[in-house]
Amino acid sequence: MAVNLKELSKMPQRFCGGHRLCSGCGASIIVRQLLLGTQDPVVVVCATGCLEVATTIYPYTAWEVPFMHNAFENSASTISGIETAYRALKKKGKIKKNIKFLALGGDGGTYDIGFQALSGALERGHNFVYACYDNSAYMNTGIQRSGATPTGASTTTAPAGKASYGKPQRRKDLTAICAAHNIPYVAQASISHWKDLIEKSQKAFAVEGPAFINILSMCHRGWRFPQADTVKIAKLSVETCFWPIYEIENGEKLTINYKPKEKKPITEFLKAQGRFKHIFKPGNEEILKDIQAQVDHDWGLLLKKEECSK
Amino acid sequence: MYKDGKRRKGKMSKYIAIAGDQAAAEAMRQIEPDVVAAYPITPQTEIVMTFSQFVADGKVKTEMIPVESEHSAMSACVGSAAAGVRTMTATSANGLAFMWEIVYIAASTRLPIVMPVVNRALSAPINIHCDHSDTMGARDSGWLQIYSENAQEAYENIILAVKIAENENILLPIMVCQDGFITSHAVEKVEIFDDKKVKDFIGEYKPRQPLLDVDNPVTYGPLDLQDYYFEHKRQQSETIKNSLKVIPEVIAEFNKTFNRKCDLVEEYKLNDAEIAIVVLSSTAGTVKVAVDKLRERGIKAGLLMPRFFRPFPAARIVRSLRGKKAVCVLDRAESFSGHGGPLFNETRSAMYNQEDAPIIKNGIYGLGGRDIFVEDIERVFVDLINIAKTGKVKSLVDYIGVRQ
Repeated sequence: MAVNLKELSKMPQRFCGGHRLCSGCGASIIVRQLLLGTQDPVVVVCATGCLEVATTIYPYTAWEVPFMHNAFENSASTISGIETAYRALKKKGKIKKNIKFLALGGDGGTYDIGFQALSGALERGHNFVYACYDNSAYMNTGIQRSGATPTGASTTTAPAGKASYGKPQRRKDLTAICAAHNIPYVAQASISHWKDLIEKSQKAFAVEGPAFINILSMCHRGWRFPQADTVKIAKLSVETCFWPIYEIENGEKLTINYKPKEKKPITEFLKAQGRFKHIFKPGNEEILKDIQAQVDHDWGLLLKKEECSK
Repeated sequence: MYKDGKRRKGKMSKYIAIAGDQAAAEAMRQIEPDVVAAYPITPQTEIVMTFSQFVADGKVKTEMIPVESEHSAMSACVGSAAAGVRTMTATSANGLAFMWEIVYIAASTRLPIVMPVVNRALSAPINIHCDHSDTMGARDSGWLQIYSENAQEAYENIILAVKIAENENILLPIMVCQDGFITSHAVEKVEIFDDKKVKDFIGEYKPRQPLLDVDNPVTYGPLDLQDYYFEHKRQQSETIKNSLKVIPEVIAEFNKTFNRKCDLVEEYKLNDAEIAIVVLSSTAGTVKVAVDKLRERGIKAGLLMPRFFRPFPAARIVRSLRGKKAVCVLDRAESFSGHGGPLFNETRSAMYNQEDAPIIKNGIYGLGGRDIFVEDIERVFVDLINIAKTGKVKSLVDYIGVRQ
């Protein structure tokens, strides 16, 4: 399943331009890369969020594939219904084609409000791919904190202030939680490593049963960086090991797909974004240290997990 | 009941002793939907259990989705119905409440999902017994609602509902309600139609613009803002209005096929009645007994049981109640308006400005499964006799059978 740029360029467009996502939004790049992962027809479900509202303003749609938005928290249960209907028709011989199913949700719709529906669908073993475009806050409603918001980020519901340095808690490790469902394929990916992301999409679509891909999605509105820097920030997230890209196959084989030769300090990732500006003020040195320690700990643990699964 | 009022063994039907839940499951077995997504909740659980056994025994080819919540049950149903297959679920009370958001989405997306609902009181306090607070709360969701007096009707209404829901001029989801425990868990003699006859009646499901038609991709559930939303809602209300014309046609076909005399509303000794009770579901049976007793004493009492609450058969209700002297509408649900229950308010509103409209009052009864007896109904009729004589209503809303 090698990714061949020439071959990919021949694939039909499934998600067209003219949608109203911000320029520099990570989500549309993620969708394009994901949809290059299969030659089969795809049915897409998307949770309420930026991606949904900006691509389906009636009477327009950016989707050239069957698309459904149901609600915020039920992308996974909605696709459960569609995929089951497909199996019912397939069994009766009423559908001949092989169809793939892709559910999308932001971090709010996946880590938080849609978590139960996701867990249920993974446990039931539907044959679908769930991809989370994690922009690490409720961006569609105006940058509110979520379970994915990293420590120290200033959001509108956990803002930095005289008595606060932003979000005090750690972010939820959703990729690990999904892996704990022992499903055939779980991965973390980044748009900066597009070849890796497309390969992961190919693997996710190819397995029988549920697959989950978590993709960090840059949001210049919420993260506060120049919109031309989207891919640069994505790259920094990987180079600092804030967002390691790895995969877990069949619930056991963990592979880290990219190990930076020299791990960059987390401050390089943080400094590039206005949401962390306040923690660089004097007096917050301990917080920066804690964040670095957290990243080091998580990266170390991931390396051990990879070693263990060999 | 047959047209001539007699019961007899049909060539094709069979009679079995089953409870309302099982009767609902029997209907589902015959309908054999492509997908059922459901979650257990008392007193609906028996439907899901019985149907799951049908699947396990290979009696139906339905794909079951044993979801992790009612919210996901309705979400999966919305996905499945949009995908283009016949889809069912079932629920009760808090389960319906948990589905709420998606209940509206199912109706507004015009998906013909049929859902037996076993009526049960909403929490708090938690109570597993019958009242209509669950489905009455969903009365403005855009679903059609059919209420069943007994297990037989629960069974028939589900089959009828499939045909109505999928009618190309309707395409709306339907709740088929039966009373929790009173109907769902009481064993009755139920006439089960021939399997093939049911299958022929409902026919093959032909979806419009299914999501799985990958060669003709459609977008479901787009963002619909100020410049279109209102028009879409207007279309929805027009469909509900039109359904009052379409439903009687489907009912006529149902009656012809199964030799029934089902209607939008059921009248019992109402034609010459001077006083009447309007009530939904199983209490209609209790009222019939009271009517008979009063008739023996020469009192012209009658009953009106709306089978359909959505669409609200206002014109039929007006026709049925016009010229009566006094009417009491019995609600098994509080609306907490401080001004009576939902059936009362809609009935009274329908009668407003009508010629020969009766005096109409309200009785709220049976909340949380509190029993209602024939004697309670007789007392309501005695009150109506006095109202008819004096023209005076002492209290507009009475609470029947409660300590106060």
